Amino acid sequence: MRQIISILLENEVGALSRVVGLFSQRGYNIENITAAPTEDKTLSRITILTEGDGAIVERITKQLHKLVNVIKVSSQQDNSVDIVEREILFVKVQAVGHTLREEIKTLCDIFKAQIVDITPELYILQYVDTSFEVDRFLKAVSEQAEVVETVRSGVCGIFRGEHSLHS
Amino acid sequence: MTMMSGAQMLVRTLEDLGVDNLFGYPGGAVLDIYDALLESKKIKHILGRHEQGVAHAADGYARATGKVGVCLVTSGPGATNTVTSIATAYMDSIPLVVITGQVGTPLIGSDAFQEVDTVGITRPIVKHSYLCQSALDIPKFIRQAFFLAASGRPGPVVVDVPKDCVRPSMKFEYPEMKAPVKMRSYNPTKQGHKGQVKRAAKLIADASHPVMLIGGGAQLSGAMDEVRTIAHRFNLPVTSTLMGLGVYPSTDKQFLGMLGMHGTFEANHAMDKSDLVFAIGCRFDDRVTNNLSKFCPAAKIVHIDIDPASISKTVVADIPIVGDAKTVLGQFIDAFDEFKLQENASAMKQWWNQINKWREDNCLEYEKDSKLIQPQEIVEAVYKATNGEAIIATDVGQHQMFTALYYKFDEPRHLLTSGGLGTMGYGFPAAVGAKIGCPDKEVCLFTGDGSFQMNIQELSTCLEFNIPLKIFIFDNCTLGMVRQWQKMFYRGHISSTNLNSNPDFVALAKAYGHEGFRVTDPKDLDAAVKKALSMKDKLVIVDIVCNTDAKVLPMQQMGGSMSDMFLGEE
Repeated sequence: MRQIISILLENEVGALSRVVGLFSQRGYNIENITAAPTEDKTLSRITILTEGDGAIVERITKQLHKLVNVIKVSSQQDNSVDIVEREILFVKVQAVGHTLREEIKTLCDIFKAQIVDITPELYILQYVDTSFEVDRFLKAVSEQAEVVETVRSGVCGIFRGEHSLHS
Repeated sequence: MTMMSGAQMLVRTLEDLGVDNLFGYPGGAVLDIYDALLESKKIKHILGRHEQGVAHAADGYARATGKVGVCLVTSGPGATNTVTSIATAYMDSIPLVVITGQVGTPLIGSDAFQEVDTVGITRPIVKHSYLCQSALDIPKFIRQAFFLAASGRPGPVVVDVPKDCVRPSMKFEYPEMKAPVKMRSYNPTKQGHKGQVKRAAKLIADASHPVMLIGGGAQLSGAMDEVRTIAHRFNLPVTSTLMGLGVYPSTDKQFLGMLGMHGTFEANHAMDKSDLVFAIGCRFDDRVTNNLSKFCPAAKIVHIDIDPASISKTVVADIPIVGDAKTVLGQFIDAFDEFKLQENASAMKQWWNQINKWREDNCLEYEKDSKLIQPQEIVEAVYKATNGEAIIATDVGQHQMFTALYYKFDEPRHLLTSGGLGTMGYGFPAAVGAKIGCPDKEVCLFTGDGSFQMNIQELSTCLEFNIPLKIFIFDNCTLGMVRQWQKMFYRGHISSTNLNSNPDFVALAKAYGHEGFRVTDPKDLDAAVKKALSMKDKLVIVDIVCNTDAKVLPMQQMGGSMSDMFLGEE
């Protein structure tokens, strides 16, 4: 089961490793993780995407609560309507020749992706959407052009409505 | 304004926190701290002989006194040697502060001499850890460490102190401790949910087959009075985990003995047939529950624990209550009064009739031998000679289970044993710590010839600090519990469990400057135990040669329910 776990914690040395350790010590993989300070620099917010057994994720969530640095944890099953989530993708593609360059440009227009860097041979495309849409875009790009490399940010998520980790 | 070096601040902070005994072992990275320690008039330093022993001693001190145990070791091997001890304390939720030296901050990460990533190595076995970055971090982190270690669900906290943070030439203004420590991300729940308490209170009064199950949490929170009051009010049968022994008096008629893998017949049967398990500060470990899918099929579970992660982790609670055991039980007593709830007398009479039938099985009966000492006899002999009042530290294995079953603990904090991690070599140093914390109490060690050799070096500590422990070695020339499993479940194949090259423990006692004698004849046992206990100011080793083939019974059948048990031989 796809789950998004949001964690608000003290922005301290070692805090992230304690969080990650709870997954690794159970042989449990993190699909992706994002971490950055919040508007209050003493706090960090982590978003973890994980797939698998709901019971194990619940146990890990309880253990996350227990970490001394952690202020709040919230987990959301599946990409439900309760959460706005986005991921950023950079993809570097071979773009040699006028026709190919035009085709890639058209593709980007259709997806509302951006070309953020160009060289005579390469384009770097930027795309922001849900993980599902990022997958779709990446597939479309790779069918059109040769992909040199990609990098994805991992999911960043925030709850809709009043529900907040800061309270 | 007092100007101090980091090392002086470290010592001063410990003094301010009321530390009177510091267990430690010096080394390069902590030289400055040891230099500053010389100036302290309040802190007595107990020099162990191995860092594992040092940290176990601090743990034993904490268990016996209820205070935070503190130890100080050097970087690298000093720190790694404490890892087993930290894990032991973590599994049993013991408040321990471990101060480790570290190489200077500019050297961290350079594979410097005696450098290890202590915070990293210990991360999964600590409640929290700190790496100091400056001298002023030291008082702040140590205060937080004490607060964290002792509050909520207690546990070990590591404070890693790089050498440049304690440099004598760098002086700072000492930040006096003005207000109690507060941390915005850490607020353990003490009070239980009122509605849940009321619901549970009614369930307890209505139950026809209730059992009260005491765990280590009741021990740690000091819930003895509340446990006893509630048990008496409802005439509840009481059982206990290994870690909970002594919270409820073992000699009381309502006490069924320990439950679980080596629990009594009556305790495990009562659990199996109960309609309500009132669990206080236990975590339903696999040694308690046997097969989870067959665990107490008819029972509703009321589970009090301060750690939300312990609730419904293995056994799903019908009424979970997060909070401190003593506080929550106090709320229960109020609820019982408010609703005027009393014992369900007719149902309880029937329930007790049933339990008393199980009791008639006398599951702890064993056959004595005229020539060979049975390990159970040793526990009974010491129990008798100490009036059941001694603090008993144990190691791990058969003798540990015999202690839990045959020494009738009537008071809390009298059994010091590694329950969760099962650390052989724990008992001896823990007994050292206990005797330092409770000098007026008789402190005995029950150990095996296997376990004892895992931290035997502390005999030297005992001579230096005049620690007159009474050590009873259950000497069966084997790793008894492993042998028992090999006999029962590995077709009798004895693989690497014979200990045929043991030292002469009596001569060893003397070599270390202590007393020792050996007993082999069952007729001499009582006299030998009395003699040892009469040598008040001496550490005495009593090497008791006992039955190699004794088995800890009863024993649950693996994969079965609580009440599926082996009772006797074959």
